[in-house]
Amino acid sequence: MKRLALVFALTGLIGPASAGAPAECLIAQHQNEYIFPLRMTARAIAAKRLDILVIGAGSSALPGPNGTRNAYPARLQNALAEMLPAVTVKVSTDVSPHRTALEMVHVLPAALSAAKPTLVIWQTGTVDALQGVDADQFSQALDQGINLAHNAGADVVLVNAQYSPRTESMIALGTYAENMRWVALQHEIPLFNRFGIMRLWSDLGTFDFTTATKKLDMAVRVHECIGWLLAELIVQAAKQEAPRAAGER
Amino acid sequence: MAPVPTERDLRLDLFRGIALWLIFLDHIPSNAVSWITIRNYGFSDATEIFVFISGYTAAFVYGRAMREHGFLVGTARVLRRAWQIYVAHVFLFAIYLAEIAYVAHSFENPLYTEEMGVRDFIKDPDVTIIQALLLKFKPVNMDVLPLYIVLLAGFPPMLWLLMRMPSFALALSAALYGLAWYLGWNFPAYPTGSWVFNPLAWQLLFVFGAWCALGGSLRLARWIGARLTRMLAVAYLIFAFCITLTWYFPHLAVYVPHVVSNVIYPIDKTNLDVLRLLHFFSLAVLTVGLVPYGSPALKSPLFWPAIVCGQHSLETFCLGVFLSFAGHFVFTEVSNRLLTHVLVSLAGIVIMVAAAALVSWYKRIERRGAGPRPPATMPGLAGGDAS
Repeated sequence: MKRLALVFALTGLIGPASAGAPAECLIAQHQNEYIFPLRMTARAIAAKRLDILVIGAGSSALPGPNGTRNAYPARLQNALAEMLPAVTVKVSTDVSPHRTALEMVHVLPAALSAAKPTLVIWQTGTVDALQGVDADQFSQALDQGINLAHNAGADVVLVNAQYSPRTESMIALGTYAENMRWVALQHEIPLFNRFGIMRLWSDLGTFDFTTATKKLDMAVRVHECIGWLLAELIVQAAKQEAPRAAGER
Repeated sequence: MAPVPTERDLRLDLFRGIALWLIFLDHIPSNAVSWITIRNYGFSDATEIFVFISGYTAAFVYGRAMREHGFLVGTARVLRRAWQIYVAHVFLFAIYLAEIAYVAHSFENPLYTEEMGVRDFIKDPDVTIIQALLLKFKPVNMDVLPLYIVLLAGFPPMLWLLMRMPSFALALSAALYGLAWYLGWNFPAYPTGSWVFNPLAWQLLFVFGAWCALGGSLRLARWIGARLTRMLAVAYLIFAFCITLTWYFPHLAVYVPHVVSNVIYPIDKTNLDVLRLLHFFSLAVLTVGLVPYGSPALKSPLFWPAIVCGQHSLETFCLGVFLSFAGHFVFTEVSNRLLTHVLVSLAGIVIMVAAAALVSWYKRIERRGAGPRPPATMPGLAGGDAS
């Protein structure tokens, strides 16, 4: 499996390179596979203004005084600004820990009307898995949230859970990641496979997710990469819809 | 009253043994070797095999007890087995608690503040342990034994009915399956949600296994042997394989027509989706054709390791769950190389076989030491363990 992963990783390197992205991020580039078009985002990029809302739970944030600056939503804004220099990119966040998908659906209307985003990045799955939320209820919550965002005129990208080897035998993340894939397929929206990307990094030894540490170094690098890869997915998915409008990298 | 066959079918032990190995391999998270298990090539997995064979053997063993010694004795023996499985489940839960406590103490990483929520389970042991004893709180991968306990606890009246009106009993079971699916019935879980394996749905496969053991398989033989049935089974297995392929190679998903994906997804393991059931039936039809009853190959030493595991399935299952915890521990604490995955998987299976052989040996010497007691009181003499 690992050899296969390495071959994939190498083919990933030949793909479109993100200038400025750390090399360790790029080996997971090929994991961005579910590319469905982001129509509203393509239009927004053409109009040179892209407003993004990241809604998520604890794994969308980092602790510490520089947490907000180092977490992937801010890194996403940074990466997009580099990839789309002519576009004004604004990423706002609605992130707070211990929230299930359904709890986020409840706050989504208010967040949508406050941020008026063109694109909603929805990170979820971990807390539902921790609490053992019913799989059907989880999928229904995803449906509701996606429909709310679409009705508000925004595209949606789903972000699944982090890969966490130490707790893997205690939290059934796989089932929830699977449900997110089905829901994304049904709505024809992109899924950012954070779980798969981090597992690949773990298999290749890019990052060691098993070490116990209080230091933030690795967490910051991981979020930097997530930000870059997410930006890559957004730009590619928007390109699919309107090649000319989004070809400004 | 339906006839109860007298000679134990070694195929049951063989395939239950293999199912136990597959469950062990699948239960080690991110185990590279689990790519060989059947869940990656179709809809159903080892759980279906395990539940079906357990139903078959339960009817085989306790059906005979009920016929020879009456409803009360048969029921008492089924319930004693359910109790043994409950005790085994609680034992596994203790191991799980030890593991979680270890991780809670030794793992700190700012990347995983959310995931550390697993610690909450041991913050309130008064609640967690009681919920676990009530079978409402079930850690990851510890859902099979609670299902089995409930299936056995509810089995005596069903067995009684199966021995008198087998087809009516099976229809009743199918009706419960349908009702549970239609009305969304399931057992509640802690802290939220419901059981991962809905007993009201999975009972159908257990009862179907029992029905087959009590003469149903003879009635089905003409259908199973038919050319058309086998062709349909092959076609369905190919279809399931192609669909499964799109899960691992997502860019292939675009070739699945919308009409098909709308009908089949989500494939519901909790409620034993009809697609999973059909996949298991297809596998069973082909297997029965390939390995006929009483085939001399079953006596070959090649199959002995799986057969001995299948004959002592409760012990082997529990050991498998424990070994999957231990295997995952090795992956995260020692080495996560591919070679480690292969070695840990092989070592696990060897340990399971050795332990099953040891249990077998214990039972033999106990039986020898039991003197002239009537054989019917010895569970081992009724054709091996029921579970």
